[in-house]
Amino acid sequence: MTEVIPLARLMQGNEAVAEGALAAGARFFAGYPITPSTEIAEILAKKLPAVGGKFIQMEDEISSMAAVIGASLVGLKSLTATSGPGFSLKQENLGFAALAEIPCVVVNVQRYGPSTGIPTATAQGDIMQARWGTHGDHPMIVLCPASVQESFTLTIQAFNLSERFRTPVVLLSEEIIGHSRERVVLPDLSEIKIINRKKPPAGLDRYCPYQADADGVPPMANFGEGYRYHVTGLIHDESGGPTTDPKKAESLINRLNNKIMDHLDEITMTESLMTEDAEIIIFAYGATARSAKSAVKKAREMGIKAGLFRPLTIWPFPAKEVAALCARANAIIVPELNLGQLIGEVERVAGLDTRVTGINRVSGEMIRPDEILDAIKTEVKVKKHAK
Amino acid sequence: MQNSVEKYLRTEKLPHIWCAGCGNGIVLGAMVRAFEKMGCNQNNTVIVSGIGCSSRAAGYMDFNTLHTTHGRALAFATGIKMAKPGIDVFVIMGDGDAASIGGNHLIHAARRNIDLTAIIFNNQIYGMTGGQYSPLTPPGSIATTAPYHTIERNFDLPELARVAGATYVARGTTYHAAMLTNLITAGAAHKGFSLIEVVTACPVSFGRRNKMGGAYDMLMWQKKQAVSVEKAKSMTPEELQGKFVIGELYKGAAPEYTEVYDRLIEKAQGKSEEE
Ligand SMILES: Cc1ncc(C[n+]2csc(CCOP(=O)(O)OP(=O)(O)O)c2C)c(N)n1
Repeated sequence: MTEVIPLARLMQGNEAVAEGALAAGARFFAGYPITPSTEIAEILAKKLPAVGGKFIQMEDEISSMAAVIGASLVGLKSLTATSGPGFSLKQENLGFAALAEIPCVVVNVQRYGPSTGIPTATAQGDIMQARWGTHGDHPMIVLCPASVQESFTLTIQAFNLSERFRTPVVLLSEEIIGHSRERVVLPDLSEIKIINRKKPPAGLDRYCPYQADADGVPPMANFGEGYRYHVTGLIHDESGGPTTDPKKAESLINRLNNKIMDHLDEITMTESLMTEDAEIIIFAYGATARSAKSAVKKAREMGIKAGLFRPLTIWPFPAKEVAALCARANAIIVPELNLGQLIGEVERVAGLDTRVTGINRVSGEMIRPDEILDAIKTEVKVKKHAK
Repeated sequence: MQNSVEKYLRTEKLPHIWCAGCGNGIVLGAMVRAFEKMGCNQNNTVIVSGIGCSSRAAGYMDFNTLHTTHGRALAFATGIKMAKPGIDVFVIMGDGDAASIGGNHLIHAARRNIDLTAIIFNNQIYGMTGGQYSPLTPPGSIATTAPYHTIERNFDLPELARVAGATYVARGTTYHAAMLTNLITAGAAHKGFSLIEVVTACPVSFGRRNKMGGAYDMLMWQKKQAVSVEKAKSMTPEELQGKFVIGELYKGAAPEYTEVYDRLIEKAQGKSEEE
């Protein structure tokens, strides 16, 4: 008898993002078409109105980001989806969402850049833009799926984290994930954990929209619910009114950072494969981790103690977890589809005692498992020489 | 009157940031008088603004207020109205905000005929950044970035909005303050995209450099240059040269965006065969 798995489906990565958004309770999408993200918009254009939600194709990515923030402020879970050039255009309003603490999700299905680049080629070139793309200091939560299944689960997680911490969350997918079709098992909706924004108690005399609870997160009343308040992209005090008071400015920016950095246990997601006794660790994220996984398995078959460490949350960078790896491993190999972006963070944490080397590709093609395996073998030789 | 409109203001946030002689307070006054006239529900009203001196008006009013990014107020407002069509939305912008950096959002909001009331404070200059020319600065004016004079033609903003699809278009001035209240009230009552341009004075960054005198003289200039819609009908283009027409310039009808979308939802849910 064949096993019957309910809800197992063949699905594209972008479709899984759209399904994940709906499952998370998203009811608003604003966007502007761009390869390789467009399917997300197309699917939601069809599915959102069917569940009473709203879809709008805006005049550009700037306005899409703005509309998403507006919709979230009146209480709808909202998202937009884009790729490199559009992601750049969203940055100013993404910074607004971070400062004004408006929950929302921005999906960036990465493509080859800079500029128009190769729209249909995959890349991991926006690692730093996702972290530092806006001006000023604020935290960012950035999640990287490695599969179609994870495109679904991490989209839900992105919404949960954005609602939990009143912050924009970036889902950093890649062309090759967005456009791949894989088997996906959608969980029953009742099994999915959904987090909704914390509301102020009803009937307060005075609601201070930026007065945080002990966890650093202020309760959020939606516009139209009776608490009238001011939201601005200017530095503001707890009432929401603008201020240039240095103390208030500093405490606001510190709180924004601390509300994330104090809750890394809720935010950081990582996966480790055979790292316990590993001497050589592959640090890989997104689609590149798929190649890394098979390289590690092959290395083990050859008797090499290799392991895979995969951050699903790339920002905040999982420094504690990487530091623990470095304490055990001799070498870390960081394959990336860029000229070396997240490797800088690995090096920062590794210090001088662990060798960190990159495998970099900017041809629009994947890094193959055998290339990673070769790098592992090289590390084995380096180690022998060192002895 | 004084007390009845005060409830629409966040008096604890006053005094405002505007310079002496600035017309923005008169527009703010016309807005709160219009709210009083309409008997507006503050909890169910959102005021969105962009960035500029004029956009600071939002923060002084006791509503759900959203002070956004430069030029993008209409895009934020579109998200709000779309997400919750039952909410009344007013949008405050400066002339640079609305016509330059936000020009694209302006024509598309007008094209969608989404039910918002946009009030554009046209002081013919970038006030907040200290006097650079805007797309509404008349040619031949002096600005900090046009030390010889401006060579660009200016937009007729109501006309631009009308051809883009706005269904209520008006122009007022801070001199004709009572008329302005009426125009805002009518714009708000209109279902669809309403745009009201308000000619207002920036004595510090525009008047001074262009030898227009002080605040009083600039108000008198508005009185002199403004021609009512009725009067303009009997004037030749030559006679109208250099003047501007005030009053209700256009009122039309077209399907309103969020209503049309609601019908689309019904269709998507299989409740109707419409569209
Ligand atoms: C993206 C961006 N570009 C430029 C600015 C700087 N800036 C602030 S206000 C302003 C123009 C203000 O002029 P206007 O919109 O006419 O409003 P006013 O101050 O005259 O009321 C500019 C250019 C900004 N804040 N953001």
